[in-house]
Amino acid sequence: MTGIRLELRTQTPWWLNVLLPLAAVGAALMLCSGLVVLAGANVFTAYSKLFLSSLSTTFNLVETVVKAAPLIFTGLAVTVAFRAKFWNIGAEGQLLAGAMAAAFIGAREALPAWSLVPLMIAGGALAGSVWALLPAVLKTRYKVDDVVTTLLLNFVIYYGMMALLDGPWKDPLSGYPDSPDIRTQAEFPILLRATRLHLGVLLAAFAAAGAWLILRHTTLGFEIDAVGENPKAARYAGIDIAAVILLTAAVSGALAGLAGVGEVAGIHFQVMAGLSPGYGYTGIVIAMLARLNPIGVVPAAVFFAIIITGAEAMSRATGVPVFLADVIQGMSLITMLAALMLTQYRIRWNRRERE
Amino acid sequence: MQSPSLLEMRGIAKRFGDVLANDGVDLTLECGDILGLLGENGAGKTTLMNILFGVYAPDSGRIAVDGRTVHIYSSADALAHGVGMVHQHFHLVPRHTVLENLMVGQSGRGFRLDRGFILQRMREIEQRFGLHLIPGARVGDLTIGEQQRLEIMKALIRGARILILDEPTAALTPQEADGLFTALRAMAARGMGVIFISHKLHEILAVTTRVVIMQQGRVVAEMANDDSVSKRRLAELMTGHEIAPPSKTSTRPGSLRLRTDNLQTGGGARPSLKGVCLEVHGGEILGIAGVSGNGQAELADVIAGVLPASGGILEINGKAVSRFTPQAVQALGVGRIPEDRMGTGLVTSLPLSSCMVLPRIRERRFSRCGFLKHGAISRFADHQIRSFGIKAAGSHVRTGTLSGGNLQKVLLARELAWEPTLLLAAQPTRGLDVAAARFVHQRFLDLRSRDGAIVLISEDLEEIFALSDRIAVMFEGRIMDVLDIRAATVAGVGLLMAGVREAA
Repeated sequence: MTGIRLELRTQTPWWLNVLLPLAAVGAALMLCSGLVVLAGANVFTAYSKLFLSSLSTTFNLVETVVKAAPLIFTGLAVTVAFRAKFWNIGAEGQLLAGAMAAAFIGAREALPAWSLVPLMIAGGALAGSVWALLPAVLKTRYKVDDVVTTLLLNFVIYYGMMALLDGPWKDPLSGYPDSPDIRTQAEFPILLRATRLHLGVLLAAFAAAGAWLILRHTTLGFEIDAVGENPKAARYAGIDIAAVILLTAAVSGALAGLAGVGEVAGIHFQVMAGLSPGYGYTGIVIAMLARLNPIGVVPAAVFFAIIITGAEAMSRATGVPVFLADVIQGMSLITMLAALMLTQYRIRWNRRERE
Repeated sequence: MQSPSLLEMRGIAKRFGDVLANDGVDLTLECGDILGLLGENGAGKTTLMNILFGVYAPDSGRIAVDGRTVHIYSSADALAHGVGMVHQHFHLVPRHTVLENLMVGQSGRGFRLDRGFILQRMREIEQRFGLHLIPGARVGDLTIGEQQRLEIMKALIRGARILILDEPTAALTPQEADGLFTALRAMAARGMGVIFISHKLHEILAVTTRVVIMQQGRVVAEMANDDSVSKRRLAELMTGHEIAPPSKTSTRPGSLRLRTDNLQTGGGARPSLKGVCLEVHGGEILGIAGVSGNGQAELADVIAGVLPASGGILEINGKAVSRFTPQAVQALGVGRIPEDRMGTGLVTSLPLSSCMVLPRIRERRFSRCGFLKHGAISRFADHQIRSFGIKAAGSHVRTGTLSGGNLQKVLLARELAWEPTLLLAAQPTRGLDVAAARFVHQRFLDLRSRDGAIVLISEDLEEIFALSDRIAVMFEGRIMDVLDIRAATVAGVGLLMAGVREAA
């Protein structure tokens, strides 16, 4: 009898943490190459367009970095939450909450101009927190499943927002279901002339460092890990689990909310239907690829930004639909989840002994 | 011609990373043998048995059953070759009945399961080995001893002729253990082979026909169990050196540390306390004996602040506890060694240093304004690792990579570092080898001589008798009796554990 079997590992070698995401992405690209062939294109040409076009010119490079900013925020939001095993699938909704708060504050004529940007940042983070605390309270107080509530609240806020945009919040000038533009003084400053490189990109980098600081160097981070890895032992040791989960949710929601602030204050200057092409969901894939390490979130987010930006160029050059980028994202999550098993187990081949 | 042995393992080797868990192990089991497998934690007993049962593949070596070489890649293979195993943790479906659990994994005709066949086999096994079970009983309602009987029956129905038992008596009353031994002897008499793993030397002496002792992955001694074998000799062969019994000095009871009066807990899924009255003083060890599931775990949880009491009084160091949270109780000076090291004690996926400071992380010593003092944490952890002789490569290693005995030392090092005035210890030496258990016991006695009070909850009567000043016996949520150690006998405590009050 031959076959493979899985054996429990006693230790996970460090290089696996680097190798696994790369292997997972590689496997996802290989699996997706079948679709490229189906679309009638050359796999090599399509993939080189997909990856290299986003890095070819300064403009494309900046666009990639700008795309990466919201992904870093949502990736961090999911990372922090998942570390405490608070399954926040709701970064998308928390992003929208932050965006709506920013768009509302940014359009207030009564506020002094200098206060707009700081207030939008604070208000957006707060709105994201509140939207994440809702399911966290339901979880800690009534044991309601957080996967379901966080996911469904995405739809509640999205359609709630659309209802507002079609009614009281509709921009009277454009007539489209968009919110009125924010004031020019509320727009994020541009860091590089003649590009869209805005303050939000810098904030995202700071957020990554901040999340690393919290998780690695604070008692909250310590308690998040303890609660996430073994809530029973944490409780026996006197850690207030509910408090830790609520705090985690607040931090996670604030990070996702900031993604929305950046999109409103740096890119769109209003909220509308297509504000987020699923940044909140991509954040889940990014967090998993980064193995819930806040520093790892940055390269993972940049990688997906490259694919998303490159998909347009690939589509124009080879005719492969841009949706390939979404397929690669989804496939990467699946291959990464499969690969994560290898951190726990090693594969052994049964061999027949010579007799 | 000599008939081949029932089981032969030759030159079994298995490496995990840097550790050679089995290093050329030879083991022979004849029909009618009850083989005692002894060794300290980490000596390689469990690895060897897991190889025999198909959990691991050996790196090299040969296994033969009835003289024919076999390859065992899974537990199904093992059972097909007549090897059955009863693990320490049972693999049963609590919502199903005894009969349904026995039918799991049995091939029926199409989708129809063959109840009649199983019932008939159950009757045969009962007649032969005295293993009685009611087919319609729900497994969740069975005692630990009955569940174990069911596990044994499961192995027998699937045709096991070689039965491996991993620490089978850890949770049994003395009477239940005797019943098990009778069944094992009956199996041996019918030509089966039994491999019996235990740390309890008196059981090894009582039930086995041969003893194999392992040390660091090798067999270091093998002998027939005759009059020349003594507990002392076995212990020395296991550890490679002499072991002194713990010295228990006389202490004078100090101030009242714990008082419970008519303590009660509400129902729910857990057994409830129905009015527990206890007193423990400084310099005293109160042993709480009882079959598991009679409220001991709940009593410990109430005192530790994990489970709120629904009635009665709990006083710690003279202060009545009204808010039942672990934080509040810790502040009153209570330390706790939980029953389930991996489940409720430690966070096995975190580094050792984190586990070592888990309950104290907010103290000034380890953090300031919410920021961790990594240096102080690892210095503290390193210090505790040294002073408790914990075998670990450093304080940064993942806690789960340590052996059971070392994990227990980590918990001890963590709780004793703060000199608790009251220490709650549940099953503190379950699964530990002789040397590690002695270490734990000595630390308890040291704390006692420093005027600490200890509540020792254990299913191991030998432990209870060796350490306690007084013994309280729990049965169905009540204290049956509290005996002075000088007046207590094993038989008397055993009866109380079964809920029987001797006629005065």
